[in-house]
Amino acid sequence: MSLLDYFRSKKSNNTANVAKERLQIIVAHERGQREQPDYLPQLQQELLAVIRKYVQISDDMVQVEVDRNDSCSVLELNVTLPEA
Amino acid sequence: MGKTTTSASISTGLAKRGHKTVVIDFDVGLRNLDLIMNCERRVVYDFVNVIQGEASLNQALIRDKRVDTLYILPASQTREKEALTREGVEKIINELSETFDYIVCDSPAGIEHGALMALYYADEAVVVTNPEVSSVRDSDRILGILQSKSRRAEMGQDPVKEHLLLTRYNPARVEKGEMLSVGDVEEILAIPLLGVIPESQIVLNASNQGLPVILEGESDAGQAYDDAVARLLGEEREHRFMSAQKKGFFSRMFKGG
Repeated sequence: MSLLDYFRSKKSNNTANVAKERLQIIVAHERGQREQPDYLPQLQQELLAVIRKYVQISDDMVQVEVDRNDSCSVLELNVTLPEA
Repeated sequence: MGKTTTSASISTGLAKRGHKTVVIDFDVGLRNLDLIMNCERRVVYDFVNVIQGEASLNQALIRDKRVDTLYILPASQTREKEALTREGVEKIINELSETFDYIVCDSPAGIEHGALMALYYADEAVVVTNPEVSSVRDSDRILGILQSKSRRAEMGQDPVKEHLLLTRYNPARVEKGEMLSVGDVEEILAIPLLGVIPESQIVLNASNQGLPVILEGESDAGQAYDDAVARLLGEEREHRFMSAQKKGFFSRMFKGG
C-alpha cells in the first residue's frame, strides 16, 4: 500500500461525518412532518384506498403534505402512478 | 441502548445522596429492571397488580438492599400492555409523590403505549442515546413526543425539561472518525448535555451481577453516572471521559497495549 493510499483510506473511513449529514437531513425532514395536522395519515390512507380502486399503487406513492403560510394552508397531494 | 442501566444508576445515585427515590419499570411484558437491580427473586407483586387493586403499593415496592432510601416497583411480566391505564398510572404516581422525593420511570424501547405512559407525567426527561444513527433518530422522535404528547404539553404548562445522556461512547473511535462525537449529537438533537458514559467492560460486568454501574465508584462509567446525577441535581461538573486515554509506554507494556 502506497503512502497515498494510506491517506485516502483514512479519509474514506470517516463515516461519522456521513452519519452526521444523513441524520441532519432526516431529522430536519421528520421535524417538518411533526408539525403536520393529525388527520394527515388517515387522509393519506383513505386517498390510497380510493386510488387503489382504479390503479394498483404502493403506500409510498401517495404523498400528502400541508404547507402553512401566514394567511392560508395549502394541501399538497402528490400521486405517482406506476408505468403503464 | 442503556435506558434500564441508566435508570438503575440514576435512581441509585439519587438515593445515595439521601433522596427517597423509587424507580418504576414501565416495560410491561419484558421486565428487566429487577434483574439489573438484583432483586428479581424478591418480586411478589408488580405495577399492574397495584393499578388493578390486587396489591397495595407497600406490598409491591421492593426496598433495595444496598441503598436504604431506594425502592423498586417492578413491571408485570404476564399482563397485556394496555393494563397500564393513564388513570391507573396517575393514581400511583400521585400516591408515590406523597412520600418520595424522586420517581424515576424506566421507559421501554420504542414509542408504544408503555413508553408513552412512562413519559406522560414527567417533569424532566433523560433521553438516553448511543452515538449511532438509528439511536439518534429515535431520540429525536421521542423528543417530539415529549413536546406534544406529555401531560405538560397537553395542559399547556412549562415543557418537560430535557437532558441528553450519551452512553456507550468510545472517544478513540470518535477521534478516528468512526463514531459520531458528543458535539455532533448535541448539534443534531439540540438539547442540553447531561453526561457522557464511556463504553466500558464494567457496564456488562455490573449488569451480570445485578449491580447498578454507579456503585462501581472506581470505574470511569460509574464516575460518569455519578457526575450525571450531580448535574441533574443542579451541580456544575466538568464533563469527563470524552477524549481517548493516551496510553504511555509503561501502561502499554504492563497492560498489553
